[in-house]
Parts: sequence; C-alpha cells; structure tokens
Amino acid sequence: MLRVENLMNSFGDFRAVDGANLAVEKGKIVAVIGPNGAGKTTLFNLITGHLKPEAGKIIFKGEDITGLPPYTICKKGIARSFQLLNIFPRLTVFDNVQVAVLSQHNRSLHLFRPAKNLLVAETNHILENVGLLGKSQKIAGSLSQGDQKILEIAIALGNEPEFLILDEPTAGMSAEETTATMALVKRLAVEQGLTLLFCEHDIDIVFSMADRIMVMQQGKTIIEGTPDEVRQNEQVQQAYMGGS
Amino acid sequence: MFKGMIHKGALSALAGLLAVMLILPCLIPRFYVYLIASILVMALLAMSLNLVVGFGGLFQFHHGVFYGVGAYAVALLITKTGLPQWICFVLAPFAAALAGLIIGLICIRLRQLYFAMIQISLGSLLWALAFRWYDFTGGDDGIHGIPMPDILSGIHNSYYFILTVFTLSIIGLFFILSSPFGITLQAARDNAQRCEAIGVFVRRHQLFAIVIASFFAGVAGVLFVVLEGSVFPDLLFWVLSLEILIMCLLGGWFTFAGPIIGAALMLSLRSFIGMQTEYWTLILGIILALLIFFLPQGVWGYILEKVKSRKEAVVEREA
Repeated sequence: MLRVENLMNSFGDFRAVDGANLAVEKGKIVAVIGPNGAGKTTLFNLITGHLKPEAGKIIFKGEDITGLPPYTICKKGIARSFQLLNIFPRLTVFDNVQVAVLSQHNRSLHLFRPAKNLLVAETNHILENVGLLGKSQKIAGSLSQGDQKILEIAIALGNEPEFLILDEPTAGMSAEETTATMALVKRLAVEQGLTLLFCEHDIDIVFSMADRIMVMQQGKTIIEGTPDEVRQNEQVQQAYMGGS
Repeated sequence: MFKGMIHKGALSALAGLLAVMLILPCLIPRFYVYLIASILVMALLAMSLNLVVGFGGLFQFHHGVFYGVGAYAVALLITKTGLPQWICFVLAPFAAALAGLIIGLICIRLRQLYFAMIQISLGSLLWALAFRWYDFTGGDDGIHGIPMPDILSGIHNSYYFILTVFTLSIIGLFFILSSPFGITLQAARDNAQRCEAIGVFVRRHQLFAIVIASFFAGVAGVLFVVLEGSVFPDLLFWVLSLEILIMCLLGGWFTFAGPIIGAALMLSLRSFIGMQTEYWTLILGIILALLIFFLPQGVWGYILEKVKSRKEAVVEREA
C-alpha cells in the first residue's frame, strides 16, 4: 500500500534520514523503532508532506506522492498524529474532531450553514469510539495530557483514513495509560480495517502489536521484517536487548 | 435551521437592546445620535478586523486600508459616474474585497510579522495614491459634499440606515464564524500545521478570510460616507489601523462582541475626555494601558469569564 524507497533528507549537514526503505501492506500494523534521533519523526514528516525529501520516492497506492503538500496527501487517505501535542487548544473537543470531519467531506469552505448541525453524528461516533464523548463540550486545552493524546488520534480518525500514522501515541503517558491507549489503537485498526504505521518506545508493546517492524539507526533502515526476524537480528540485539 | 445556535435569554436581551437602539434617537440630543452612529461604523470595522485577527490569527496590521478603499470607492463612484447611489453603495464593498484579494494574495505568502510589514507597505502605497493624486482623489483635501439619496438626509435617517446595515452585517459575521468555514479558520489559528495535516489548504482558507473581512470593512467605509458625506486620506492611514487593533484588544480578541465594546469605549472616552481637556490623548493612553494591563483578555472577555465562572459555581452548588 505504501512504499518508501531510498528516502533522504538532511537538516544542514545532518543527515536525518539517509536511505530509509519501507513497505507497508494493506491492513497491516507496522512499527518503526530506533534510538532517539534515528530519524523516525523525520521519516513520518516526509511521508505526510510536512517535509520535502531531497531524494527517494514515496508511493501510496501506486501513486507517487513525493513532495506533495500535507493537505493533498491527507485527502488521499493518509492521516497522522504528532509526537508533540498537536490539537486545537482553544476549540471544544467536539470542534477539534469536527474540523477534520468537515475537511474530509470538503465542507471546510462552506459559509452559510451553521457547523453545529453538520456531520454531528459522524463526529460523535468517533468521539464515542475513543471514549471522549462525555467531554465533547470541554475546551480541548483543558483536558488532561492523556486525553489530549487520545483527542489527537480522534482528530486523525476524522479524516476517515485508510492509512494512519501515529508518532509516539503514548509519549508522556503512564504505564497503564499506555497499555489502554495501545489497546484502543489496536481495536480501532482492526474494526476500521486501518493500515497502521507507528513508532513507540515501549519495545514490549511494539513486539506484541506489530505485524512487521522496521528498525532505524542514524537515518538508515537496518532491517525490516516480522517481529521474530527482527528479534534475531544481531545489530538489533546489540542496540536493544543488551547484546544477549 | 439555526435552532439552538444562540441562547434564548441572550436572544431576547439582544432584541431588547435593538428596540432601545431604535427609539434612542427620539430621546437623546443629536450629538449623541451622531456619536452612536460613528461607534456603530467603527464597531463594524473592528469586528471585520477581528475576524482575521482574533479568529484567524493573522497579523492584519493595516486593515484600515480596506475601510478607506470602500469609502473612496463609494465616493468616487458617486461623484465620477452617473450610477445611482444605491448601486454605488453595493459596489463599494466589492471594491474593498478586491483590494483585500490582491493585497492578501501577496501577504499570505509570508508569515506573522513579515505578513504585517508587507501589508503595511502595500497599504501605505494606497494611502500615498489617495494623498497625492489630486486630479482623481482630491489629494489631501479628499472629496467633500458627496450627494446622498434624499432618504438618508439628516442624522436620524442615516442613523437608522447605519443601524440596519450594522445589524445585518454582524448577523452575517456571526453566521460566518459559526459555519464550517469559521470553525476551520479558528482551527487554523490554533494550529496551522495540524490543520494542513487534516486536509485543509490553510493559506487559501486564510486568504478567503481576508477577502471577507475586507468586504465588511468596505461596508463600514460606505457607512462612514453615509454619516459624514466626505472622504479623506486619513481613512487609509495606518494610525486608524492601529486604533481598530486596539479596539479589538480592548474588547477581547477571542470574543465575538468584544470589538463593539472596544469601539464604544474608545470613541466615548475620546469624545468625553476631549471635551474636558486638550490633553485627552494622555488620559486615554493611561486608561488604555491600565485596561490592557489588568484585563488582558479584554473588557468583554473579562465579563464573559466572570459570568461563566459564576454559572459553574451555581452548577456545582446544585450538584
């Protein structure tokens, strides 16, 4: 479904992504792991058009999407969440998600109908799915950190994506919150037939959830394969499993 | 269709306020009627600015230009063409919107302060044009004695006309802000990067907002001409743009009605203090500084906050 070929990008002299390769099949859950600064977030930013790659190709559903702007890529079916909190803090929780739903239905430019009555059922459905329906009229910025991270995922779901990218969906969460959130993500992926690409620091979660894992180091893809294949890889063992 | 958009109590309060505004001219001296009419004109201008500043998060630092373009457009159309005045009234806001589109197209490529700087430069260009082009715009004298339709003669008639247009315009602005367009504009203000990630072409969206705001600024410009019967280059000068920015800040950026309060405060302070002393700008400045220092969310923002926290306290006590 998504193919990344030999992608490169640098900030000044620093090669953040230096030949990343990735193939994601439809319906699979794929994790990207690697130490801090390995280029995971940069890779995601390249895929969603927030950065333009210097070299390499990104193919989505057979179409070259390399270097397209974010809003175009989003309309093709790729939605994402961000590592740092990235919501609309002054709007209500409901509006946060509705903005995405409106955009998905190409209603963002409609001027003469109150948004209050538009696509309410769709928006509430998403909020219910992630368990935020009870807080829909709260101002998003006033939610707890954990709820804001969930809201972040809910906004991404508002675009009815086929392909969902989650950049550290559990950053800053407690162990219980992390487990609950990842269970939610897994349930959503299965229920909605989403293809999921995510990165996550908790290795146990990654190995239990992902169908395939890609390991990055210094901007390069070291290995890409099933959890078992990755587990047996020597380089990965050195980096993650204490070389045992 | 618009059910539930506005609180019932608020709606009846607004209807009451409108009724008071309607009978007011019969009760108060002409000077106050004139003052209220100019407050309404300024309030509409400030509200149109707040659409892009408070709700759009853009550094629209020279919004007065679109007001001036609207005013000059109606003045020039009436004096230079034989078109009926009413048609000129309708055309002028579109001229302002066109100016908004052109200036907006250039500015929107830049961000924040750069956006502001280029807008101030382009706006000053238009001001220079009005100021220097004697044959066409009357230069620094402006254009005076613009003939108005008979029905608008006299301060009472123009007051009612201004009140009507003002009311219709703010209803329009209210609906625009509650529309999908308005919500998305606020989302882009809060977080442009995320807004692009959910499929919104943010710059185009913001450009539309500038055009709409310019249109309403143009409407305010027409109302100014209706009230004063003349135009002059000061309408395009950046000082005015700064003043309406202060009105928005004073009333409250993130509230709908804030700019009306801001305009009312500023113009009344200026009139009443101006009557007492020559040094009214000094006193005005101190009052403004204090208000901004102690009520950073604006006067109206402060009131709304108080009302809200009181309501929440009541709810908690009952629960």
